[in-house]
Amino acid sequence: MTTAAVFLVLAAFLASAVEAVEALTVVLALGTTRGWRSTLIGAAAATLILAAVIALFGPALTSVPINVLRLVVGTLLLIFGLQWLRKAILRASGYRAQRDEEALYLAQLAEARAAGTTMRAGMDWYAFSLSFKSVFLEGLEVAFIVLTFGTTQGSIPLAALGAGLALLLVAMLGALVHRPLSRVPENTMKFAVGLMLSTFGIFWSVEGSGIDWPGQDIAILGILAFLTLVSLGFVAVLRRMHTRQIPSAASAASTGE
Amino acid sequence: MVYLKNFLRFWYDFIVGDDWIIAAGVLIALALSALFAQRGVAAWWLLPLAVVLLLAVSLGRVMRPPR
Repeated sequence: MTTAAVFLVLAAFLASAVEAVEALTVVLALGTTRGWRSTLIGAAAATLILAAVIALFGPALTSVPINVLRLVVGTLLLIFGLQWLRKAILRASGYRAQRDEEALYLAQLAEARAAGTTMRAGMDWYAFSLSFKSVFLEGLEVAFIVLTFGTTQGSIPLAALGAGLALLLVAMLGALVHRPLSRVPENTMKFAVGLMLSTFGIFWSVEGSGIDWPGQDIAILGILAFLTLVSLGFVAVLRRMHTRQIPSAASAASTGE
Repeated sequence: MVYLKNFLRFWYDFIVGDDWIIAAGVLIALALSALFAQRGVAAWWLLPLAVVLLLAVSLGRVMRPPR
């Protein structure tokens, strides 16, 4: 396996795992309060549609010339990846709240209990639609990553394999523990995904614009190392600023400023 | 019309997200890279540097207190 192929599987696996953990929280809360049948049908329908989207767009994208594909996909991936990285830096430095699956699960439980029951044709449509929406929206990001990574690297099945394995693992763990997977280091995983998406975005968009990287594929490791160092640097600086801001805000509040 | 607007809004939020400056900056940096490439300069270093600058600007915008 080449460096790029390893990263392809890893990025698809991590992104899919993170999104699956988030969707699982909603599915578990709905299943526990509203019943499993409609909830699972909703989740399965969304998964099937996402698989169909990948199967439909994958072959169509492979017919685009490779340099155009790398430029367009690389640019989209870089813009998309920088969003993940920016949020991850803000979370790691304390400027944005860390995602707490346990708290979100409890909130979702309360919301699902409070909602009225609308049974039609033997289905709880509240559970179905919310489960469908949650899995579809979280999964759309995974489908985007599988399609972009897969086509540019010339292997959609490999990217789909990484995503599928993560989905299977999270579903199995969820069925086993019947609680949201709050111990999964979700925020760290999001940081890693942001770094990988941005790295490949830089690599492919520069190649697509007609420039060769020194060292070819090995440059991917160099870009990843560079982005990791820069991001950790941003986290360190912002964390220091954040801890400095908390006491000054507290003293301003106590003096009534 | 409302559906089209919502559809476009969804994709804008999905791809561009919270800060349009990053998307605009990436496009400008890539255009410059392609321009350099046309003139025979292998400016592979330009985009990584632009990304650092864009992240700094975007994070700085979050830090700035609201007016």
